[in-house]
Amino acid sequence: MDFKLKKEQEVARDLFRQFAENEVKPYAQQTDEEHRFPTEVVEKLQKYGFMGIPIAKEFGGQGCDTLTYALCVEEMSRVCATTGVIVSAHTSLGCDPIAKYGTPEQKEKYLRPLANGEKLGAFGLTEPNAGTDAAGQQTQAVLDGDEYVLNGSKIFITNGKEAEIYIIFAMTDKSQGTRGISAFIVEKDTPGFSFGTKENKMGICGSSTYELIFTDCRIPKENLLGRIGRGFGIAMGTLDGGRIGIAAQALGIAQGAFDLTVDYVNERKQFGRAISKFQNTQFTLADMYAQIEAARLLVYKAAVAKDTQRSYTLEAATAKLFAAEAAKYVTEKAVQLHGGYGYIKEYDVERMMRDAKITEIYEGTSEVQRMVISANIL
Amino acid sequence: MDLKEYKGVFVFVQQVDNEITNVSYELIGKGKELAEDLGTKVSAVLLGHNVKDLADKLAVRGAAEVIIVDDPALETYMTEPYTQAMHEVIEQHKPEIVLYGATAIGRDLAPRVSARVHTGLTADCTKLEIDEDTKDLKMTRPAFGGNIMATIVCSEHRPQMATVRPGVMIKADAVPDAKAKIIECRVDFDKNDKYVEIVDIAKTVASKVDIQDAKILVSGGRGVGTPENFSILQDLADALGGQLSGSRASVDSGWLDKDLQVGQTGKTVRPGVYFAIGISGAIQHLAGMEESDFIIAINKDNTAPIFNIADVGLVGDLNEIVPALTEAIKKEREANK
Amino acid sequence: MKIVVCLKQVPDTTEVKLDPVKGTLIREGVPSIMNPDDKAGLEAALRIKDENGAEVIAVSMGPAQAEDVLREAMAMGADQGILITDRAFGGADTWATSSTIAAAISKIDYDLIIAGRQAIDGDTAQVGPQIAEHLGLANISYAEDVKLEGDSIVVKRQYEDRTHTIKAKLPCLITALSELNEPRYMTPGGIFDAYREQDITVWGLKDIPVDEANIGLNGSPTRVVKSFPKSLKAAGMMIEDTVEKEVEFLMDKLKEKFVL
Repeated sequence: MDFKLKKEQEVARDLFRQFAENEVKPYAQQTDEEHRFPTEVVEKLQKYGFMGIPIAKEFGGQGCDTLTYALCVEEMSRVCATTGVIVSAHTSLGCDPIAKYGTPEQKEKYLRPLANGEKLGAFGLTEPNAGTDAAGQQTQAVLDGDEYVLNGSKIFITNGKEAEIYIIFAMTDKSQGTRGISAFIVEKDTPGFSFGTKENKMGICGSSTYELIFTDCRIPKENLLGRIGRGFGIAMGTLDGGRIGIAAQALGIAQGAFDLTVDYVNERKQFGRAISKFQNTQFTLADMYAQIEAARLLVYKAAVAKDTQRSYTLEAATAKLFAAEAAKYVTEKAVQLHGGYGYIKEYDVERMMRDAKITEIYEGTSEVQRMVISANIL
Repeated sequence: MDLKEYKGVFVFVQQVDNEITNVSYELIGKGKELAEDLGTKVSAVLLGHNVKDLADKLAVRGAAEVIIVDDPALETYMTEPYTQAMHEVIEQHKPEIVLYGATAIGRDLAPRVSARVHTGLTADCTKLEIDEDTKDLKMTRPAFGGNIMATIVCSEHRPQMATVRPGVMIKADAVPDAKAKIIECRVDFDKNDKYVEIVDIAKTVASKVDIQDAKILVSGGRGVGTPENFSILQDLADALGGQLSGSRASVDSGWLDKDLQVGQTGKTVRPGVYFAIGISGAIQHLAGMEESDFIIAINKDNTAPIFNIADVGLVGDLNEIVPALTEAIKKEREANK
Repeated sequence: MKIVVCLKQVPDTTEVKLDPVKGTLIREGVPSIMNPDDKAGLEAALRIKDENGAEVIAVSMGPAQAEDVLREAMAMGADQGILITDRAFGGADTWATSSTIAAAISKIDYDLIIAGRQAIDGDTAQVGPQIAEHLGLANISYAEDVKLEGDSIVVKRQYEDRTHTIKAKLPCLITALSELNEPRYMTPGGIFDAYREQDITVWGLKDIPVDEANIGLNGSPTRVVKSFPKSLKAAGMMIEDTVEKEVEFLMDKLKEKFVL
């Protein structure tokens, strides 16, 4: 067992770190405060190939592995969780299902512009009445001639208004239950496809979270992704990968908060000495460190499992559950060690604590992860 | 190579539009000292077109001899004709030592000459001395980003050549009526394919005062925080009759022009008084200002390395201290009127 | 068109710290990086490649681990990496270094050579012009702007308070300033290719047409006889008090020094 990154992964990690520090971090506070999608950051991510890391070169991607992609999400999230989720949702949820289930034509038409950075991707599964119970899809797709007609709405969609290519799930045969759900590729600006309200969130405030509305939205028949009635499996399979991205995001947030806290406790003086000299600080940091290290091993293991195992559902769920809870724990302790300053928006840990919370909720709540894990071990 | 054939200390005189660059005088001053230690004399090497009347100025600052190559080919500095001229002067006169200012021109010309005459060259020296035993030139320079000093010799090749950092050596006192021996040297220029064509020369917007000439410098760093805050530093500089300058951080942040930068990658300064305000004191910065006579540091972090070299260190918020100081100085000046 | 770019792997001297007690350099943990001026030179070459099409060949002289900067160059877009490495090249000063690199480059059918102005560990700015001299080429130092014009290169450069625009016929050598441009990042796929797919060409003494008298320590006219930490002068007075007290104290000092 070898716990070292390969040289190329290490060089890539250093690249992501440097890019994040120079290009992402300067926008992080503003992105949060103004609830603004960081377009200038995303354009650079696209330019340097960061939006297609695990996608094959033949489809415009970088041809790297899942671990390298996770390193990218981690490093972006270390300075800006919004940027982390933009990369994650685009890659894991937008690109991956087409890479895995798409026809050669679909890959050429939709995966290539996503992977080479021309376009941003998004994924629409959640509905007002279908959250954790994703099988309760109410959006319908009815075949009419050479077109499917979509009706319904999707909520909480990451990259919502910024994306140009969407993976949308809808019922094609209600009588079949989960076997009646199918997946579709929908392009922005398709007549009948519009946006509802933008969500005003606690954290990851720069992320563009929208409701997607479909009203007699006609899409070509060939935009069916995978076989008819196989949508639920596609959704679940895609979310396995997505969870690695979110786990990496949680890990990055935790690491970022930890690094800032180490700097802070060495500088901050109380009672005539740096607060790092107090045992309470030292023990808290030790606990934070242990949480982060454990999370990292789980996340990296899940990332490697995706490339080497047939199923990695258990690894992905375990990594996401643990990393998300570690992020919540670490960021909360980070704020506590910062004292009053930690509660002020000028200090990044304040944002990180808010950002961390979402990792316990989206792409399967921690409760869903526990369901998945227990189902796999019993 | 018979090392004994090589005699005398030569200084390359940099002139632009017939105006001699200050460092050339500094090098004549230093060259004179070295020549005395070696029992020889210092010669200025003056290259250019219609430059003969500059020779007296060099004599006044201590040149015993001025070797002149006066040719239209040398009107504007270009690497190849200047290299040919220096090469010829060295071949004909066989100096023991040749010094160049570590200016853009000096550092372009000297490496080319060193490769052509096959001798060593030490860059950007801050200290030159003659070894008492071997009589070799010991050339000391900062290396590793200014973190360490290295002393370098060139014992088997002649001439021993160095470029020397401007502002470090000290001009000799002027001797008003001094005259130097004038030696004209003819060079047959070979207009080979190493020549380049100068398409255009534009004068860059003249900077106000050269910070290297300032007596008092008020320098700001990252801690100043915003470009607007530099106005309180400017106020202090105005009250003192000083000049504004800054660290690399303040230049990189776009708060100050590059020609106001003090440090390893900027300019070396040695003013009478140096204010380091909101400057932590990275070694790269210290390299450019530690020779200042009196250093005052103002910083809110009492562990900042700048305090290790400051003569007076004030710990606190520069936004409070600097305006208060400016007021106090104005009051003092008013009272003394 | 073939462009040779000279790259040096250097310790990131901005990360170097001094041991405050011993006054010695703390070298551990200091990352090795591509020298910033060289990186600007590489970027200039890659831009010419993007616009006009060119083959960019990165060349570095150094120990085996210097291949990392060549792989970095390839991950940024260079087509080939050549590492000049041999024990016999060790201890070279700028003269011997430039004669070695020049000999290596003479094996390549180049049109343009770009080097960085100076390396941040040595700060000499000598190797570029010296390579040009050994190869009998024109050199243009301190390039701030580079444009290809037919069979010539037009370069803007700063000399003191003048900006010169200079035109030189190819082949020639230019030295680049880090102000020249903002180098691109590597791409993740570029990194994977550079490490998994591409090979570095390694040239030792026997591969290069150079006289052994002109390489390494023995071929170096200069020798470092001593290196030592900078002597820091004794610390002065430091006060941490109210603004009024601090200003008063400083005013007294300024009067003592006859500044006022």
